[in-house]
Amino acid sequence: MNRTIIDLWVGVFVAIGLASLVFLALKVGNLSSSNHGETYTLQARFDNIGGLKVRAPVKSAGVVVGRVRAIEFDPERYVAVVRMDIDQRYPFPKDTIATILTSGLLGEQYVGMKVGGDVDMLKNGDTIKQSQSAVVLEDLIGQFLFSKAAEGTEKK
Amino acid sequence: MFEKLFSGLRSVLTFLGRGLIDRLWRLGFAARFFLALLLHSGTALRRPQLTLREVYFSGVLSLIIISVSGLFVGMVLGLQGYDTLQRYGSSEALGILVALSLVRELGPVVAGLLFASRAGSAITAEIGLMKATEQISAMEMMAVNPIARVMAPRFWGGVISMPLLAALFSALGVCGGWLVGVVLIGVDDGAFWGQMQATVDFRQDIVNGVIKSVVFGVAVSLIAVFEGFDAPPTAEGVSRATTRTVVTSSLAILALDFVLTAFMFRGI
Amino acid sequence: MRASLHLKGVKNADFDLQRVGHRLTRPTGTSLSFAVMMSCCLVESRLYTLAYDFAVDAQPLVSIDNVSFAYDRRVILKGVSLSIPRGRLVAIMGASGCGKTTLLRLIGAQIMPSQGEVRIDGAATHTLDQDGIFALRRRMGLLFQFGALFTDMSVFDNVAFQIREHTDLPESMVRDLVMLKLQAVGLRGAQDLMPGELSGGMARRVALARAIALDPVLMMYDEPFTGLDPLSLGVIGQLIRKLNDALGGSSIIVTHDVQESLQLVDYVYFVSDGRIVAQGTPDEIRASNDPWVHQFIWAQTDGPVPFHYPARPMRDVMLRSARRV
Repeated sequence: MNRTIIDLWVGVFVAIGLASLVFLALKVGNLSSSNHGETYTLQARFDNIGGLKVRAPVKSAGVVVGRVRAIEFDPERYVAVVRMDIDQRYPFPKDTIATILTSGLLGEQYVGMKVGGDVDMLKNGDTIKQSQSAVVLEDLIGQFLFSKAAEGTEKK
Repeated sequence: MFEKLFSGLRSVLTFLGRGLIDRLWRLGFAARFFLALLLHSGTALRRPQLTLREVYFSGVLSLIIISVSGLFVGMVLGLQGYDTLQRYGSSEALGILVALSLVRELGPVVAGLLFASRAGSAITAEIGLMKATEQISAMEMMAVNPIARVMAPRFWGGVISMPLLAALFSALGVCGGWLVGVVLIGVDDGAFWGQMQATVDFRQDIVNGVIKSVVFGVAVSLIAVFEGFDAPPTAEGVSRATTRTVVTSSLAILALDFVLTAFMFRGI
Repeated sequence: MRASLHLKGVKNADFDLQRVGHRLTRPTGTSLSFAVMMSCCLVESRLYTLAYDFAVDAQPLVSIDNVSFAYDRRVILKGVSLSIPRGRLVAIMGASGCGKTTLLRLIGAQIMPSQGEVRIDGAATHTLDQDGIFALRRRMGLLFQFGALFTDMSVFDNVAFQIREHTDLPESMVRDLVMLKLQAVGLRGAQDLMPGELSGGMARRVALARAIALDPVLMMYDEPFTGLDPLSLGVIGQLIRKLNDALGGSSIIVTHDVQESLQLVDYVYFVSDGRIVAQGTPDEIRASNDPWVHQFIWAQTDGPVPFHYPARPMRDVMLRSARRV
């Protein structure tokens, strides 16, 4: 088999194609930051998850420590059960509070983990005991109107 | 009067019916051809020189059109995207818009359409002309199976080139979007890349995009090779076959895109 | 008479090839041993043919037995029988569209007869599977009317095609073989040209070199004389004769060029309307009284093969249009 100029060009072509793929994977996608490394699963129950979606980030102190894996409905307690994959490197204590927060004013929602001071850590499959549901805009407005109305009657 | 109406209706039905049966027949023939192609692919793989040559002719020679189109599509996305997003104060999401549109949809689809019209039509014309000048017949008489020697390498050349071209299209499109959004308009560079990287998922978006481009590559290459093989050996026949390749490939790409998208991105 | 024909064959046999063997001998072992090997093969095939022909009409190479062929309800061949012994150069002649090319395709096993048998060296084509057909075709060569060279390869690669596909010979031997074949047709200097750069006659000669690359035992020529200038006609005719004698097999020419063929061949079959209407040696044909043969040989416009395509009488057509007025 003798080398022809065609081989050179095909080599260049394949190299360009693969380089584009790598560029897409690293610069465009989240391959570098997502570790297919070890994760452990934690669960949390919420009365209202608001607009939380699967694959939403789980952040603590603003840093992404995991992803929401699944959102299910518990038919016995009538609450939402959120399952999260947390990076193995970050263990959380048993008295962590899971809150559903919004990034920005109207941005997408994520799960925030606020740490307590417990010595014991949560293990794979554990449920986070305390949680705060998402803020529902309608309830907020309702509260505001109610408090305004209450103020009005007080003044009288 | 009724007689005329009736006979007119009958001729329309006959025409439609025959057209339908013809199409079904061709579909069956195409399916059998696809199986024969796969069975005889041994030669194409055992003699990589043949396949490499075809990768050159369908892939390398399409580099220019794909690169330029990718760049321009990305730039247009940047312009249009900025125009709409800044109305809602979300101009930082430009990166997400450009990247997701390209990687999920525009990259595989537009690159596929361009590939079908450039490389697909070339393959059909080449094989059709070989048939018209009796080269295929000559090969058969020399006890060389033309499906193994001529068709299979072109098929695999197309299948190998397509995903690479689609990736190149998407990558250049993102760069084009960056060029317009960040450099020309002034969207924040960090926000552009940062939000993009946070939202575009490797497995969900990029890998799915690559799978799409592979499927499109198979479809386009198969249609191109089949139309060439089946073309009547006349000048008019070859030209019609070339047109049919482009039209059928484009329709196939769009239809498959819908099916694959529904399959992959359901539930998000 | 047959014995003398064969001895004559031995004397003339392809001395292009032997002469070339000497000219091309390079001081490399492969080339020399190859030339020796080639000469041995040729001598062997010559002895073989001699032995064969001295035996009483051994199996003919090609035997077509009462074959009928129809394509989409249009009957092309009706009950055709012919047989071609080894070593013979046979012409199949007839007007255009009478089924000559169909006969070639039947022999090449590209199509199967609807009735009757086509036997090549004893094997009936319709009993063969795909591998059997390919094995059969490796022993045949077909020269297409316009050459049918592969336009994306050079002349050298075209001739080397069969050798590279079917054998595992090293490139140096392939080169030698290709040179020998090109020298036999007189185009060794054209090895690097592309088919698009060749004239019609040259293209046909290259196609001939390609067809004989593996020394086929049966050579078939589809209209080899069509559209050539007188010089090329003579060259091709001579090549066909010499190759037939050198290869020791049989050749079939399908043609409608009467003058060239009658001078060249050993036997002629005339096909008209899907049937064999006449056959014989060239002398017998020239002396024949058959009206069909007569019309064909002397190129008369009308005779058993009519000038007019079947249509209604002119008188009726004229009267009809007159009536409408």
